[in-house]
Amino acid sequence: MDGLQIIGKRIPKRDAPQKVTGSAVYIQDLKIPGMLYGKILYSKYPHARILKLDTSKAEKLPGVRAVVTATDIPATFRIGVMKDNPPLKTGKVLSTRDEIVAIAATTPEIAEEALSLIDVEYEELPGIFDPLEAMKEGAPLIHEEMKSNVLKMPWKLVCGDVEAAKKESAFIVEDTFSTPWVTHCCLGTSGCIAQFDTNNNLTMYSNTQIPSLAQNDYIDALAAFGLKNKRVRIVQSVIGGGFGSKLDTYAYEYIAILLARKTRKPVKIIFSREEEFFATSPRQCTITKISHGCDKEGKLTFREIDMILDNGAYTSWGATTPSVMMMPISSLYKVPNIKYVAKCVYTNNTYSQAMRGYGNPQATFAIESSLDQLAEKAGIDPYELRLKNANEPGEITPQHFKITSCGMKECIDEVVKRLNWKEKKGKGGNRGVGMASLIHVGGGARVYKSDGCGTIIKMDDFGKVDVFTGSTDIGQGSETIIAQIVAEVLGISIDDVNVVNNDTDVCPWDVGAHASRTTFVAGNSALGAAKKIKAQILEVAAKLLEEDPASLDIKNGVVFSTKNNEKNTPLGKALRKLHYTAGGKMLMAEYFYDPANENFDKEFKGNLSVSYAYGAHGVEVEVDKETGQVKILNYIAAHDVGKAINPLLLEGQIYGGGLQGIGYALGEKMIYEKGRLMNGNFLDYKMPTAKDVPPVQAVIIESDEQDGPFGAKGIGEPGLVPTAPAIANAIYDAVGVRIKDLPITPEKILKALKEKEGSTK
Amino acid sequence: MKQEIVFNLNGEAVRVEVEPEWTLLHFLREVYGLTGTKEGCGYGECGACTVIIDGKAINSCLYPVLEVAGKSVTTIEGLASKDGELHPLQKAFVEQGAVQCGFCIPGMIMSAKALLDEKEQPSEDDIKDSIAGNLCRCTGYVKIIDAIKTVAGGR
Ligand code: FES
Ligand code: FES
Repeated sequence: MDGLQIIGKRIPKRDAPQKVTGSAVYIQDLKIPGMLYGKILYSKYPHARILKLDTSKAEKLPGVRAVVTATDIPATFRIGVMKDNPPLKTGKVLSTRDEIVAIAATTPEIAEEALSLIDVEYEELPGIFDPLEAMKEGAPLIHEEMKSNVLKMPWKLVCGDVEAAKKESAFIVEDTFSTPWVTHCCLGTSGCIAQFDTNNNLTMYSNTQIPSLAQNDYIDALAAFGLKNKRVRIVQSVIGGGFGSKLDTYAYEYIAILLARKTRKPVKIIFSREEEFFATSPRQCTITKISHGCDKEGKLTFREIDMILDNGAYTSWGATTPSVMMMPISSLYKVPNIKYVAKCVYTNNTYSQAMRGYGNPQATFAIESSLDQLAEKAGIDPYELRLKNANEPGEITPQHFKITSCGMKECIDEVVKRLNWKEKKGKGGNRGVGMASLIHVGGGARVYKSDGCGTIIKMDDFGKVDVFTGSTDIGQGSETIIAQIVAEVLGISIDDVNVVNNDTDVCPWDVGAHASRTTFVAGNSALGAAKKIKAQILEVAAKLLEEDPASLDIKNGVVFSTKNNEKNTPLGKALRKLHYTAGGKMLMAEYFYDPANENFDKEFKGNLSVSYAYGAHGVEVEVDKETGQVKILNYIAAHDVGKAINPLLLEGQIYGGGLQGIGYALGEKMIYEKGRLMNGNFLDYKMPTAKDVPPVQAVIIESDEQDGPFGAKGIGEPGLVPTAPAIANAIYDAVGVRIKDLPITPEKILKALKEKEGSTK
Repeated sequence: MKQEIVFNLNGEAVRVEVEPEWTLLHFLREVYGLTGTKEGCGYGECGACTVIIDGKAINSCLYPVLEVAGKSVTTIEGLASKDGELHPLQKAFVEQGAVQCGFCIPGMIMSAKALLDEKEQPSEDDIKDSIAGNLCRCTGYVKIIDAIKTVAGGR
């Protein structure tokens, strides 16, 4: 891959100038003439019957243009992955984020005032807030029409024979780990503007991560609302953070649609920060029972996991995260025998969604903590244990993943070297080192029937190109990556590539910005389209230059003969000729890339991704035994990325993911008490600030993935996957206490230290 | 009842009528059309709304608009030169890869500017302190801190 001009370069993000000058337009900034403002009334109780609802006073408030309730939608209309969530509730409410009434008014202030004029009479019902309670025989049903509070999604993966392996294991450990609700904390809150034209076609201004799927959801909704066969256009404004929060469509979007339809005006709904905390869907909490075994030499023999996930009151993608958890469970290190069972359970809590890592952080916390326990029991250095069992290229894992490129050992070695592991491990003095590894999908993930993305490229009269991609830039920089790929293939300056990625009227189909798939899938799609249009350009130039197309190439925007440099023509000139000639034509190419990965079969086996990303994180901590405070002295994040298309942006993903992981490990937790969020603000919810940034090194390992665009794999999510267990392991090394319940707070450490002292006395 | 105030906004004198209950942020975004200043929380906890008032970085979401009378306010729109040349901080943020979704960035840059206007050579801790009230969920702050350092180091 020598001679690359643009790939591998530290090219600044192309939309950064707009963002640093304040001219980027987020959904918050967008106004449409005649626009009204929508606000939503949520349930006062986590579980209650609505006895009476009176909106008459609100309706009479000057400036109020529409009021909608459950009576404005067909009684059977439901949203969500299991279609269990009516966008406006009647009869029973199941959580404090249940939407009951919505108002559209001429100003947000009037809409807010109108909400306060609504009378709702409730009969409060006892709620269930603990999934273990909800699973008990005879527990009241959250959804009365269902037979059980356990979701009908039986997650079960069995590979080999765990029971037999247990008998043959020399060492076995077993323990239980748990993780809390945490939330995305996108700095730009959720929002949309719904607008109908005179023919009842809908335009949705939105910050979704899934334009094509959202389009489909809205079309279904319009049909249910009596507007059959309508067009839906989605225009994405600049997105103020995603991290998985915008992978589904939500009640507020349907409410905006209903209000816009009723008022015949554009209606904007923007969440307040308070709403963003309690009315968006967080990463679900888990309780994980895990056991691990190895033989005398430290070769892993089995891994068994039983997991319970709090689904909350309704179902979004959070319920499907066990599918991705299966990946580390079956395939992080070589483990021949696997058993995994997970249950998602309805409660009267908020309902969960995907968040960066899609279940992987929860599973990896249990796996990597447990592995350290096993290493201790077997008397092996945790690093040796990991290296001994590390994944390798060419391996086929028990879940039938085909491992192509794999830089796991290199990542582990980097961590050991840079942390000075051998010197520092087990040295006491309240200092300690810990590590943890990760596997994640790096070549798309076939979670839907398609994992595809389309690209269209057209050339203008001056040799500049417009690239229309289905992929969404949620801040990660996919626009820049795609521009780099196209510019590299076409031999033109990146400044001559314009990427259009925010309008379903012109952009091709894509399954969404999830599963760290955009660089890989949208990148390959752009690569395919660029190669196609390059062939067309060379064909045209060949005629002009009277050369064989095979001996032509493009560099710096000039088509030239590789045999005779004198024979050349600027790209623009060739294209103009084409446009201005009788019987002329225009150059345009399209390409749809759908990776050759597989849906899971009935046993949840199959090659989910065409390549897998690996990494290892290592951390040195110091624990203050008086206060329980943990200080990170050094943090190494080594990632096998295939090929760094843009190291500048890539490091940003590693640093950003890493700090989210540190937040997950040491501070973040949504505190729910009886279904109510007690810390729904930035003061009480401990998201890391600049003061929490430790000394950190991002280490990039390039393993050259055969199927990746220029060898690249995905890196969007991995940065936070192994952080929490690496820190937990380091704390154990430092002071000998293992915290099994995230976040690792000073209180928990002090308590554990006390218990430890008590037991050794 | 609206009241008239006069103040300096991004280097120019403005005379405007404002409602006493408006915050400066409301005035900037909803009335004056300067949407570069962001609202991330509306209650002083995220820093997305940071502007500079008489040399100090201030959360405009908590600042009553009446109080800017006679003062000098700089927003993110006031940083680049008239011909569009980016301010050194803006350039550094772009070049160092300090920007992802960008929602926190205007506030972040204003906090950094207030620091650099006050201190010629801030320490790393000074830099972290100056942006401790500016939350960013995307970047992990590393490249933001680097960008600010580059500007300080380059003068
Ligand atoms: S909007 Fe002012 S501090 Fe958050
Ligand atoms: S760049 Fe997204 S919040 Fe800072």
